[in-house]
Amino acid sequence: MTDNAPRFWRAIPQRYNLIGTHCSNCNEYYFPPRNVCPNCRRSAQMEEHKFKGTGTVVSCTTIYSATEDFKRQTPYHLAIIQLDEGPRMTGQVISGPSGVKIGMKVKPVFRILGKEGERGIIYYGTKFAPLEG
Amino acid sequence: MASGIISYGVYIPRFRIRVDEIARVWGDGEDISEGLRVYEKSVPDMDEDAVTIAVEASRNAIRRAGIDPKRIGAVYAGSESHPYAVKPTGTIIGEAICTSPNFTAADFEFACKAGTAAIQACLGLVSSNLIDLGLAVGTDVSQGAPGDMLEYTAAAGGAAYVIGSSDLAAEIEAFQSFTTDTPDFWRREGMPYPEHGGRFTGEPAYFKHVTSAALGLLRRLDRVPEDYDYAVFHQPNGKFPARVARKLGFSKEQIEPGLVVPMIGNTYSGSCLLGLAATLDVAKPGDSIFVTSFGSGAGSDAFSIKVKDRIEEIRDGAPSVRDYISKAQYLDYAMYAKHKGKLRL
Ligand SMILES: [Zn+2]
Repeated sequence: MTDNAPRFWRAIPQRYNLIGTHCSNCNEYYFPPRNVCPNCRRSAQMEEHKFKGTGTVVSCTTIYSATEDFKRQTPYHLAIIQLDEGPRMTGQVISGPSGVKIGMKVKPVFRILGKEGERGIIYYGTKFAPLEG
Repeated sequence: MASGIISYGVYIPRFRIRVDEIARVWGDGEDISEGLRVYEKSVPDMDEDAVTIAVEASRNAIRRAGIDPKRIGAVYAGSESHPYAVKPTGTIIGEAICTSPNFTAADFEFACKAGTAAIQACLGLVSSNLIDLGLAVGTDVSQGAPGDMLEYTAAAGGAAYVIGSSDLAAEIEAFQSFTTDTPDFWRREGMPYPEHGGRFTGEPAYFKHVTSAALGLLRRLDRVPEDYDYAVFHQPNGKFPARVARKLGFSKEQIEPGLVVPMIGNTYSGSCLLGLAATLDVAKPGDSIFVTSFGSGAGSDAFSIKVKDRIEEIRDGAPSVRDYISKAQYLDYAMYAKHKGKLRL
């Protein structure tokens, strides 16, 4: 049994397809999604927005030691990615032979984000890969 | 009403291991790759499985022809490596490609031919007007036990086909299947690796079923191999499809564009469908393609396909099979073992 199913289930649109929000009053994009626009408050006009998933690496680090479920994946690259529409998010970058560099253009890929051990839920979602190659 | 393929998409992981490298570790010598006519095989990344491969291939299929995913009324995913024993792969594909929730889904299993069985199911629903579009996927991350012959060829990859009845890129004119109870290859519930009947996998299994389905379809359509521009046969290795083609009267040239196994290995449910995709990547309007899958257990599905003008408009909308084949990053056996989880950390 797991208690994580509802939390995971609610995040599926964000994780699979980068569904965030957009305020058409001030043209600001939000990821993760916000229900209220901090710029516009009561005059906000929020709508769902599916991010293209293309963006730029603005900061990155390489993880060499990880918890049990991620051990086999080390070393892996975590990065802050600025999506083309504006917001920044943290994501794992699948590197090619040349590694991950600041300023690198990335695109979204669908991968396993984690597993609850041998018996639990498999978490799928978006990671990033170099746009070229 | 004519129905068939309105779009297709593929995905092959970028990692490869050379068959000679596996032979080196097991001391099997370098004639293995020549004997199998398989020189490299694809290896999934550590965070890839049959679901992630299916999603990438399906997204490519949606993108290639600009399909509205809300039109899809059925998602049938064929695999022998569905990551969940209970919880359908198709549910995850549907969510990931943004279908509406109004679709039916089920996972198919028939060793290496689950993907062509999924196409047949979609054709039935589409041509009887019960759904608008169907998505049929063949996807696998196959495993061979370390040291087993299967380890030389068991690879990863997948292909997705959008089946419909208008804007056809290729019409599926007819199909014929041939199925018997033949224990050539199996995996019992809960076991990590499949078992096989050794030499029994050749004549009574692959060759008998592929030729029976293929000849049955040719006879029914009153055609001969020369009526086709291309042919694709299931590719467990490089030898079998070449030999079965020769037996049936198809030429080397007819099977060449679709013969992808020497570069990527046996992608099981992806195999025949990747071969068809590689052929569609180069086929011209008016060309005819003959396709026959094989699944252990055992059965074969033969299809007669006619390429339409629309193929030219959609071809460049998504990466080709050759695009994926050319993006290769090589692993040695130690890294390969880590990727496949053969090393327990
Ligand atoms: Zn606003």
